[in-house]
Amino acid sequence: MNVWVYVQGSKGAPTSASLELLTKARSLGDVTAFVGGDGAALAEAVGQHGAAKLYATGDLGGRLPGPAVSAAMQAVIEGGDSPDLIMFPQSYEARDVLSRLSVKLGKTVLTNNVDVAAAGGAVTVTTPIFGGNTLVSTTFTGDGPFLAGFRPKSFAAEPSGGGAAEVVAAAVPEVGPTGAAMVVATHVEETSGPKLDEAAVVVSGGRGLGEQAKYELIETLAKLLRGAPGASRAIVDAGWVPYSYQVGQTGKVVKPGVYIAAGISGATQHMVGMKGSKNIIAINKDKEAPIFGIADLGIVGDVHKVLPKLIEALQSR
Amino acid sequence: MNVIVCVKQIPDPALPGALDSSTNTLKRDGKLILDESDSYGVEMALQLVDKAGGGEVSLVSMAPNGEVSGLRTALAMGAAKAVLVSDPALQGSDALTTARVLAAAVGRIGGADLVIAATESSDGYTGTVPEQLAEVLGLPSVTFAKHVEIDGSTLKASRQTEDGYDEVECPLPALISVTAGVVEPRYPSFKGIMAAKSKPVDTVTAGDLGVDPVGWAGAGQQISDVAKAPERAAGEIVEDDGEGFAKIVSFLENLKVI
Ligand SMILES: Cc1cc2nc3c(=O)[nH]c(=O)nc-3n(C[C@H](O)[C@H](O)[C@H](O)COP(=O)(O)OP(=O)(O)OC[C@H]3O[C@@H](n4cnc5c(N)ncnc54)[C@H](O)[C@@H]3O)c2cc1C
Repeated sequence: MNVWVYVQGSKGAPTSASLELLTKARSLGDVTAFVGGDGAALAEAVGQHGAAKLYATGDLGGRLPGPAVSAAMQAVIEGGDSPDLIMFPQSYEARDVLSRLSVKLGKTVLTNNVDVAAAGGAVTVTTPIFGGNTLVSTTFTGDGPFLAGFRPKSFAAEPSGGGAAEVVAAAVPEVGPTGAAMVVATHVEETSGPKLDEAAVVVSGGRGLGEQAKYELIETLAKLLRGAPGASRAIVDAGWVPYSYQVGQTGKVVKPGVYIAAGISGATQHMVGMKGSKNIIAINKDKEAPIFGIADLGIVGDVHKVLPKLIEALQSR
Repeated sequence: MNVIVCVKQIPDPALPGALDSSTNTLKRDGKLILDESDSYGVEMALQLVDKAGGGEVSLVSMAPNGEVSGLRTALAMGAAKAVLVSDPALQGSDALTTARVLAAAVGRIGGADLVIAATESSDGYTGTVPEQLAEVLGLPSVTFAKHVEIDGSTLKASRQTEDGYDEVECPLPALISVTAGVVEPRYPSFKGIMAAKSKPVDTVTAGDLGVDPVGWAGAGQQISDVAKAPERAAGEIVEDDGEGFAKIVSFLENLKVI
């Protein structure tokens, strides 16, 4: 089976979600990578994770990836190199490419997957629903290429020891009006400490904190534990913290060694983003809060009492 | 300026979801409501039309059983009219078919300067329909827009990225998908609710729109299994008696985090 993996670059390296998919793809068949951007800087890491070939569009010159990269992929596919399956990490960029490509090829897309299996040409993907308590397996019908999006952290990234991938140019054809949106400026939100989706400890706060100023408790605790602060969508929507802090279905997926949820109810959309944590500690004043259903340690209490004491105890160590 | 907003009518997310045991699709037979995620798009459309000083907001929706309750909510907020695609043949449609149906409905209204959708629905959250719709319509798009302005015939938007945001410019007509919280959706007024009752809802089938195949026949996918996920072992839940913090400290000590 021929499998393509959509690789996304960030600061000159493939994103961890891309490497996870390359690793999984290796177990399914021959792997080719495709990047919307320059290939040279990524070739080594991509090759080490199992792809022999890396198609690269070259710099997009400010064009949004969706229309441009999907058109480049379509051109390669119609030129004769057609994969059986294309795996996309679920990022903002890759989601646009995946969607545009599905229309161009007239193929169905399946997203939010956490696993994939291939048997005798049939490809089946697995998606958690209802906050992760039910797993649905769906099999693609008809002919490939089958298009599938995967949640970050669905697989562990492991190098295979391969050499650098061969970079092959995949030019972007003229796409007409669909490609008219241009990026005129890029803003990077600075964060200190470990990245939310890579930290060994994540401390998240929710609406139970009561007010924005109290989020400081979360930041202080995260710092003491050398972890990253996170948030529920309720307080992101309220403007207390930037969107980049959000954990959950529409935010980041985290799988730290320890996840502390303070004043978070445990809505299904929050839980899908943190359920894979090794250890979960919840602090909530409502003993019926759903978060306690998945907590290894639950403290039924007021965050305004528990957090300051916890911080004090850690500071005095 | 004319804006068309795609709105989904969904089962109340506050109620527990269930699968239909014969088709393994989400049950959508009860009363449906306006997806809260779409209320942001409706509000943004109303504000943009208001700022432009003319034009109107129209709605397109695909829903079973001629369902209009959610559409009435959006009409009560101030939208002028709606096209509802309702057809038993659409059951089992995949995201691509949904995009094709919505594109045909957008075409039926015609004359849109801007098409708005939510980044994803609250019940299905495939998250691909807006960009698929843009491709079917042949439009440029800005997905995950968190701030939007219209400057003449140019759309200026901030677009969410993994580590911050991009400023994007795009000529109209275009499509955008908006994230929750971009604007504060208004509550329909009593007058709005009364007026909504007589606003036109053009109900059509997939056949009327000339979209074929649809439903299971058009979907390139088949559900092969539904299983319970492995449960986490029950943890220790304790009432805070003033010493709850110490429990956490020793839990962290055991894990050698501290
Ligand atoms: C399409 C869609 C996508 C979504 N995506 C996400 C997502 O990615 N991430 C996400 O988090 N949410 C997401 N949500 C929102 C989600 O449904 C919930 O609304 C949200 O997670 C609730 O946040 P919360 O737990 O902070 O607030 P609430 O649900 O209001 O819970 C607050 C909790 O704090 C407790 N509390 C109150 N005061 C105290 C106190 N003094 N001490 C201790 N506890 C206290 C309460 O008992 C309550 O349990 C999404 C929703 C939709 C529809």
